[in-house]
Amino acid sequence: MRRILLYLAVTLILLTTVTTVAACGGGGASQNTSAPSGRVTLTGAGATFPNPFYSKLFTEYGKISNVDVNYQSIGSGGGIRAIKERTVDFGASDGIMSDKDLAEAPGRILHIPTTSGAVAVAYNLSGIQSGLKLTPDILADIYLNKITRWNDPRITAQNPGINLPARDIAVVHRSDGSGTTYIFTNYLSKVSPEWKDKVGNATSVSWPAGTGGQGNEGVAGQVKQINGAIGYVELAYATQNNMAFASIKNRSGSFVAPSIESTTAAAQGVELPADMKVMITDSANPTAYPIAGFTWVLAYQDQPDQVKGKALADVLWWSIHDGQKYAAPLFYAPLSPEAVARAEDLLRSMTYKGTTLLK
Amino acid sequence: MSRSRLRTRKVTNAVMLGLCGLSAALAVIALLAILSYTVGKGLPAIGLKFLTSLPQPVGDPGGGIGNAIVGTTVLVALACGIGIPAGLLAGIYVAEFAHPRVAVVVRFVADVLFGVPSIVTGVFVYGLVVVAMGGYSALAGGIALALIMVPIISRTAEESLKLVPNTLREAGLALGVPLWRIILSVVIPSALPGVLTGIMLGLARVAGETAPLIFTAFGSRLNYKGVDEPIAALPLQIYRYAISPYADWQRQAWGAALILIVMVLLASVAVRLLTRKRSSNLGR
Amino acid sequence: MKQENQQGGPQARFSLRSRLKSRGRRGEIIFITLAALAALALIGLVLLMVFELVTRSLPALQRFGAGFLTGTEWNPVTEKFGALSAIYGTLVTSLLALLIAVPVSIGAAVFLAELAPGSIRGTASFLMELLAAVPSVVYGLWAIFVLVPVVIGPAQQFLGDHLGFLPFFKGPNLGGFGILSGSVILAIMVLPLVTATARDIIRMVPDAQKEAMLALGATRWETLWKVVLPYGRSGIVGSVILGLGRALGETMAVTMVIGNSPRISVSLFSPAHTMASQIASEFSEATGGLYISALIELALVLFAITLVVNVIARLLVWKATGKFKTGGRS
Repeated sequence: MRRILLYLAVTLILLTTVTTVAACGGGGASQNTSAPSGRVTLTGAGATFPNPFYSKLFTEYGKISNVDVNYQSIGSGGGIRAIKERTVDFGASDGIMSDKDLAEAPGRILHIPTTSGAVAVAYNLSGIQSGLKLTPDILADIYLNKITRWNDPRITAQNPGINLPARDIAVVHRSDGSGTTYIFTNYLSKVSPEWKDKVGNATSVSWPAGTGGQGNEGVAGQVKQINGAIGYVELAYATQNNMAFASIKNRSGSFVAPSIESTTAAAQGVELPADMKVMITDSANPTAYPIAGFTWVLAYQDQPDQVKGKALADVLWWSIHDGQKYAAPLFYAPLSPEAVARAEDLLRSMTYKGTTLLK
Repeated sequence: MSRSRLRTRKVTNAVMLGLCGLSAALAVIALLAILSYTVGKGLPAIGLKFLTSLPQPVGDPGGGIGNAIVGTTVLVALACGIGIPAGLLAGIYVAEFAHPRVAVVVRFVADVLFGVPSIVTGVFVYGLVVVAMGGYSALAGGIALALIMVPIISRTAEESLKLVPNTLREAGLALGVPLWRIILSVVIPSALPGVLTGIMLGLARVAGETAPLIFTAFGSRLNYKGVDEPIAALPLQIYRYAISPYADWQRQAWGAALILIVMVLLASVAVRLLTRKRSSNLGR
Repeated sequence: MKQENQQGGPQARFSLRSRLKSRGRRGEIIFITLAALAALALIGLVLLMVFELVTRSLPALQRFGAGFLTGTEWNPVTEKFGALSAIYGTLVTSLLALLIAVPVSIGAAVFLAELAPGSIRGTASFLMELLAAVPSVVYGLWAIFVLVPVVIGPAQQFLGDHLGFLPFFKGPNLGGFGILSGSVILAIMVLPLVTATARDIIRMVPDAQKEAMLALGATRWETLWKVVLPYGRSGIVGSVILGLGRALGETMAVTMVIGNSPRISVSLFSPAHTMASQIASEFSEATGGLYISALIELALVLFAITLVVNVIARLLVWKATGKFKTGGRS
């Protein structure tokens, strides 16, 4: 018995030594305080969609400043909860906070756009790697379970050059709540009154048809393995995994494929309000891809800590200007000049006890 | 007994034993399938840099899981520090001292706790610890993991202790040894294999749990700062990399998964080696 | 052969206790108090959890009442929530998983504890524990990329072609995503747990029991079936219940292959969803008081179902053995 206790003690001592050494040996000593001479650490939580982009942004910013940002993707809902409860310095969300959530927060929360992304409609039809064209009503009716076969006359009418098989459409959607679903259902609600009525727009809905995949990788996995499947995923996912995706007819009548340019263009066909709480789906811009959306950082207008507040305002300012160059390589669309202007105004309104934080 | 009846019994014997062997083979095949897949996808990512660096953005070279390895070690140590004593004591109480009705209640409670989805445990600890502390912390993560460990340790300890024959206890009492010493010096060592298995299974389970850490330990890109700060963890890293669109990160996810399995393997080996001498003298 | 009740029941224990009390040893009292505190803390914590779950699901409880258990619609937009399809999915996949895993696990446990030569025993047991260390996410990803396309998909094709008249094998084969896949991956996850714990239980059965049987001319299998397993029955049932707990509460891996659709169908090919996976999928993104409250109520229902299933399992075992006590202390 004594020997077991001895071994336990030795193990615990070893563990403590290892962790202490690792803590001292690795990186610099970052202080999570407002000490003016040390590094400042900020914590952020929320959306999964921009995680790769934020990861790059904050690493690069950490190299040129004394600010370390620890951002973790726990989901937009988790981010909204975290910022409301002030367990983080900023939140991030792919969807707009509800009025109820905003009212429950202990202060005014700003929606600062950082980038935008497209939702690609991927499909699995052997032999048809590209070129599929879909109109909004067809897409809605597929997901409403009203169009059930690939060789439905409405689909063949839009795709004269393609030999569509007489196969059932296997609809795939997201099973987990997600901003991607929010953008997708927002679009369908705008273009199909029946969808708006029967299903609606949310991060998670009651789907009239199809199976659910867990996360982008779940949807992609199902689409790739079921012949005749159709599903929606983030553009980055579709391109990185060589999935075939469709061109969607936008409001001006052109069939547009999702890309970085067509996503940025989506923001330019929509009236951008001062508070930037706007969805850019079904944009009027002729070159726009219709299923796109912003992603926002959620921050309190009145910051509780001066040093951290200034650091936050600075990193966000940098993100919407110099930081934008890191977006395209990762398949995120840079903000349009109009969106940047609005974001600048929002950042300039951030204060600490009444004094503006930026410059 | 007629000869044909003997034949039947012998055949039944052979068949059933064969099936047992087959079952074991099936289990091992499943394991090897998963392991080889993980090794195949994860090995390319492994390297010294990978094991010691901090995570880097997609496409940037030199990304690693150094802080996650430290993080998982700290979290599992915390979970064990809280969970093993608590679980063992509870198991001992139920097996040795409790009134039968109390024993039934505690047993059910432990079984039900074990069936709680780990995300619910995480949310529970979030409300209890994270909101109270004003932020995410390794401590909160450790507590959440301990809550998952306790039922399995308690139940396996209890079942193992129950199988130790009473004669051992009575012999000790006859010699005038107090019951608590008998339990610690005699009963537990003879039940050690079962107790240890429970501990190792609990440790293995919590080392790989993601959901309870999302709202408690939170995760981190930075180095270890202390138990009252957010902390990186291998399962979190694996999950977030695996669901990303990028092949670079996905490869790192598999590498991290391989490292996690190796770490648990090492812990298991260490524990077995250290305690082998003791158990070989008692029972079988 | 009459089973020697070596370990005594409450009778023997109480006489021990009364003996101790009369001696009044201080060390005992401290130790027993500590142990009792640990057990009480466990109960207290679970009660606290139940309390938290109930208070946070109050809005949903008040809105839906008993309809929550019978409703089949789960609509976050119209805020109508019903858990029936999730309850069905949970019960079916867990039970099916146990059906697959328990015979295999006990067989493997018997093999590892009794039959395997020393070298194989060590390595195989070891590998089994390793399986328990695989993170749930890895199980899920392996299931999507290997289990479903390579094993389940073709198996479903075969079953559908040849046994498609049975209601279990009807319906479209969605590449393998459905109840069958969910159950199989759950079975694989439950395997190491039940095997490892059952193996230890079997190993701890005293040699005297086995030797006596063999001396009477029993075959090894008869020894195992008639003496060893019944002797360790309590422990083995405990292992199975642990496995059940794992199956009921598993989130990640199941949700990746079960198709996540609120359907209730007898067919094994049909997609479905489980309560645990639904909570895990939707909680991170859920906003809105009633939505979160409904998810928490789902957790509460899962809690209750775990309790009920545990009770039923225990009752069944006691009924089957025909007596209240089993081989060990009850």
